[in-house]
Amino acid sequence: MIVTFTINGEERSATVAGWESLLTVLRDNLGLAGSKNACEQGECGSCSVIVDGANLCSCLVMVGDCEGTTITTVEGIAHGSVLHPIQQAILDEGGVQCGFCTPGFVITAAHLFAANPNPDEEAMREAFSGNICRCTGYGALLRAFDRLAGDGT
Amino acid sequence: MTVGTKERVAAGIGENAPRPDGVAKLSGNFAYGSDLWIDGMLWGATLRSPYAHARLVELDITPAVVMSGVRAVLTQDDVPGRPTFGQVEPDQPVLCDGVARYWGEPVAIVAADDQETARAAVEAIIVEWEPLPPVTDPDQARAAGETYRDMVIRRGDADAAGSVVIEGEYETAIQDQAPLGPEAGLAIPDGSGGVDLHVTSQWIHIDHAQIIASLGMEPDDVRCHPVGIGGAFGAREDISLHIHVAMLALRTGRPVRIVYDRTESFAGHVKRHPARMRYRHEADDEGRLVKVTVDMVLDGGAYAHTSHAVLANASFFTVGPYKCDNVFVDAAVSRTNNPPAGAMRGFGAVQVCFAYESQMDRLAEVLGLHPLEVRRRNALGPGDPLATSGQIVEGSLPTLRVIDELESIPMPDAAIPDDPRRLPGGTGLTTPKDAVVRGVGFALGLKNLAFSEAFDDFSEVLLILTPAGLEIHTAAIEVGQGLVTICEQIARTVLGIEAVAWLSADTSQIGSAGSTSASRQTQMTGGAVYEAAVGLRDKILQQFGGDELTNDGVYDRGELVATLDAVTADGPIEQWVRYRHPPTEEPDEFGQGNPHAGFVVAAHRAVVDVDPELGLVRVVQIDTAQDVGKALNPQAIVGQLEGGIAQGVGFAIMEELIVEDGVILNPTFTDYLIPTLLDMPDVGSRLIEEPAHWGPFGAKGIGESPTISSTPAVVAAIRAATGRPLNRVPVRPQDIAGV
Ligand code: FES
Ligand code: FES
Repeated sequence: MIVTFTINGEERSATVAGWESLLTVLRDNLGLAGSKNACEQGECGSCSVIVDGANLCSCLVMVGDCEGTTITTVEGIAHGSVLHPIQQAILDEGGVQCGFCTPGFVITAAHLFAANPNPDEEAMREAFSGNICRCTGYGALLRAFDRLAGDGT
Repeated sequence: MTVGTKERVAAGIGENAPRPDGVAKLSGNFAYGSDLWIDGMLWGATLRSPYAHARLVELDITPAVVMSGVRAVLTQDDVPGRPTFGQVEPDQPVLCDGVARYWGEPVAIVAADDQETARAAVEAIIVEWEPLPPVTDPDQARAAGETYRDMVIRRGDADAAGSVVIEGEYETAIQDQAPLGPEAGLAIPDGSGGVDLHVTSQWIHIDHAQIIASLGMEPDDVRCHPVGIGGAFGAREDISLHIHVAMLALRTGRPVRIVYDRTESFAGHVKRHPARMRYRHEADDEGRLVKVTVDMVLDGGAYAHTSHAVLANASFFTVGPYKCDNVFVDAAVSRTNNPPAGAMRGFGAVQVCFAYESQMDRLAEVLGLHPLEVRRRNALGPGDPLATSGQIVEGSLPTLRVIDELESIPMPDAAIPDDPRRLPGGTGLTTPKDAVVRGVGFALGLKNLAFSEAFDDFSEVLLILTPAGLEIHTAAIEVGQGLVTICEQIARTVLGIEAVAWLSADTSQIGSAGSTSASRQTQMTGGAVYEAAVGLRDKILQQFGGDELTNDGVYDRGELVATLDAVTADGPIEQWVRYRHPPTEEPDEFGQGNPHAGFVVAAHRAVVDVDPELGLVRVVQIDTAQDVGKALNPQAIVGQLEGGIAQGVGFAIMEELIVEDGVILNPTFTDYLIPTLLDMPDVGSRLIEEPAHWGPFGAKGIGESPTISSTPAVVAAIRAATGRPLNRVPVRPQDIAGV
């Protein structure tokens, strides 16, 4: 089947069997390798993408169900070569180490701050509880998100 | 810029220079091993043993070979060169040699047109096993003489005795590094019989040596390239799919890619050694250690890997950062059919730290001393002999200062929180506020810097100055820790030139940078960059008759005498360095001598809230004081401390690979739990700068310390809250609830 969707503002289609995960199609068919595969079980959040306003683990989404959807991946967050304030805050606070989790944190942050520009600490901890980072211990990430919440970005 | 008022170069040492790869990583444009792709490539897959110990009765690859889209199916018979690999002792078959010795051992490999076909072909292989009884008890294996190494330490007077005796038995379970990026590799035949390998690694030169041996090829025929790494923590220090993917590419003449899924990753790399440790501390009435006697066994699993060196660390750091004149250690690392163990952050120092710090707490308790007071009274410092080897501590070791600084960090609000989400059990709402008890615990940890025991440990760097700036050529592997950033900072500060670029070199272009492990790269590759930069600077200053180099060029007494363009007018200027740390020695048969290049110390304080009835723990706050030598990039250091502490918290209360009859029962992120943002507390960090006796600007490697003493600090806090003995990590709810 051919599935057609809007990804990062651009209409894209892919020829697929339909049962593949959205993550696989993004990475292997569409050349969007920014979303990462670290578990394929919905546990780590490194494959997070926004589909029609919902923050989903793309490893658990069947691509056949994505016809006509609007999708945002990590590649669609920056404005050209200018980092989005979320990305800039993570960079400034030292929230990137190996970076494998980073796309997932960027997407979850974009989703969180779009819905709630001033989340309190507990709301932030909750919102990111589906994103595993093995490197940073989350301190720098939380400081970045705190700063964004303070800015009302 | 006005002559004579030159500014200090930006983004030099001591600053929080941003990571050069940060923008690419934040934008999704950084290429990791699992992102590598080349048109026309094949996909590889691996058949693995479902048993921890079994004889291979039949292996019939025909059904896979005849499948359409399958290009190669290879077994141990197809290994062209040395049939085994291993960085210390080549004892592991590249593919099963007729007996599987651990669960998940690779048996056959397939290359096919796509991933589904490769996986289906693996399924199609006919394999028949005769299960054999697995050896799973390391004590039993040791008794049968099945060990990779035995260590004996005899120091001081065996008859020495203290008035206070503390005996304890401790156990640590298996922790997995669980880096987020999976094992991944792409092998590309070069068209003239050789191959280019792009495989996730911590040390491409040690891979290269093992790969060419098993491929039976000349060094020049195989090039190992650095690739983007999604975390390592020791998991990538040993060979995983390297030889497999090369064999498939060479056989098919086409590029081949292998990427492990999470369960394969759990099966496919070595773990932290589980340990059983029996301790006896004797002290005087003041709490000063008189004698420490230890017997311990580590489980090395099915193959040797780095067990040899892990056991040495466990033995030499068995007393911790404390003085003691009489130390007696018998230690062994056993060969079993459990998952192979090897390098993980802390490398043998983690297991014993849990034991010796538990002992120190009990000593303090018996004597009615504050836990930090008993540690102060025994603190090891510069000029003291290490309790085990007798090696005199050279350079800095601020043990007393880490204790003082730790105590200066403010404690959290003493009140148990009102918000139920901040109680043990969190949003599960299992625990009423009045059921919560709070505890505070402390721990110190000691670690060696770089490789020990006479290993020829070095790092090569080539610096090239061009009109565009400085290039750093090296094969050192950045795994996320920030090596590239600090090496660039070092070069900027020494040379006064801001435009610095890191250019990763493959194994054919430069010699080894050594392993990204053992807290060594800041000092080793950082040290190589420092030394090369000094050489380059002095060469230029001498040639152009100046006293200072800057972004503009060479100055002499405040006057610009040659621009950078003029300096490089005759072509780029190069400086190559092979940097070594002070030599270390093989210890004698009783573990005496000078096996180490230097030491680093850290202290942790944990505050926990516990629901004693349900056995639930919430870590409220962890603080640390860390010996850093010199903080080259404070933000990067804090990132290492916080990240290391997260792994220490994980090991204290949740991370355990559960193995039954040699089979891993929880090889997924659903069942192997890693701390999330809901589990991680705030961390207070203090960096203590007392320069090391070697390395760039006196900096020390700090990557491992945070993972060593954070675990016992958390357990001490839970003990303080509950009074439970807790002689095993991770602490499980049933250990706290006593059921
Ligand atoms: S890869 Fe999708 S949640 Fe881990
Ligand atoms: S930065 Fe490595 S997993 Fe988060």
